[in-house]
Amino acid sequence: MAEPPAPLLPRDRTAHPVALDPDYKTSVARSPSQPLLSMESTASEETGPRFGHGVIDPLDNDLILNWTGGAAPALGERILVHGRVLDETGRAVPETLIEIWQANAGGRYRHVKDTYFAPLDPNFGGCGRTLTDAEGRYRFLTVRPGAYPWPNRGNDWRPMHIHFSVFGHAFGQRLITQMYFEGDPLIARCPIVATIKDRGQIDRLVAPLDMAMARPMDHLAYRFDIVLRGRRQSWFENRPEGM
Amino acid sequence: MAEPTTGLRETAAQTAGPYVHIGCLPAAAGLGDVYDRPLGAAPMSEGAAGTRIVVTGSIYDGTGWALRDAMLESWQADAAGLYPGQPGADPAVGGFCRFAADAETGLFRLATIKPGRVPMRGGGTQAPHIALWIVARGINIGLATRIYFDDEDNADDPLLARIEQRPRAETLIAQRTGEGTYAFDVRLQGPGETVFLDL
Repeated sequence: MAEPPAPLLPRDRTAHPVALDPDYKTSVARSPSQPLLSMESTASEETGPRFGHGVIDPLDNDLILNWTGGAAPALGERILVHGRVLDETGRAVPETLIEIWQANAGGRYRHVKDTYFAPLDPNFGGCGRTLTDAEGRYRFLTVRPGAYPWPNRGNDWRPMHIHFSVFGHAFGQRLITQMYFEGDPLIARCPIVATIKDRGQIDRLVAPLDMAMARPMDHLAYRFDIVLRGRRQSWFENRPEGM
Repeated sequence: MAEPTTGLRETAAQTAGPYVHIGCLPAAAGLGDVYDRPLGAAPMSEGAAGTRIVVTGSIYDGTGWALRDAMLESWQADAAGLYPGQPGADPAVGGFCRFAADAETGLFRLATIKPGRVPMRGGGTQAPHIALWIVARGINIGLATRIYFDDEDNADDPLLARIEQRPRAETLIAQRTGEGTYAFDVRLQGPGETVFLDL
């Protein structure tokens, strides 16, 4: 990579959740009350970590097998989760790292802090990672996670979801989000989903069933495309002072 | 309404949740060494040029309680102010580090090298700084901020200069506590609230 090519497009904050939403109780004490400081991006935001294939093992994107190293498969509904990573200008984002994590088929996380009484699956860890290919495509094999209860309001349940972490090519593109599943009636009741105030932006987090990519007698498939911040296409240098 | 000139909108962020460590720091979740090569374990390797420093601190919520479940990521230039991948950058500096607030105390610790001044597009430089990104349960979109250093010349830094309320600029400046050690606390909300960035 040479010089940072161009500034990042300013983030459209209306595409994102609000910081403070009292229905998601933890956000009340963890949301800044002052406005964000805006400025044109610099090299610190326009560059970012790059990860090569050398760090990825062949089973890293197969959550059905990666916890046991292939010795025994996880329990649950077998699914392929796949899609593309693009930027706002429609260009593919190749060779970028995607990490996912999720609960098992019963809604239990393999985390020291999760005390939900649904059992752990001895054959399921719940984390995976992969690099997008030259066209920005990625794929994971996993089991569909279960819904689970959480201490928010008296009877709140998270919809089935998979957490996604995406790097892009610039630290200013860094994104963590959640993928939901088409048809889940808990989506409309979830206060974390509802922190996003734009209905269309919520809909884009809901992955449709993708029968074209389902494998007969093996697994169903869901498609989840991800859009990261873009860069300005071209830039005038040497602007007169003050412009 | 006029049509936007770019075709796509960015995917909406969602909170990383309390179990972010499963995916990003598996050892902190109790998963052990699930990956042979964990990412971002250190921002540089042995041979990196520059002054070794350690930055420690906590992230406080609006009640003054330190977050025990936050994940932090840092990104920085090498001692000469070059980012990994730029021509001439120190090959021993990866620049990226990922670390967690301690589950018992909320303390975080970043061991790295002091970055150099970073050139600006169109001239000038930025004072030495480390970009910091914070995600956690209750944080709906990752919060970006910067760590500057109180023993550097921060007078002409373009970002610090943009902070209207001068006392707020102090929230971005790590305090030297000893030889190569700095304290940097983040306050998410309320008195002393850290300046968070949109750039």
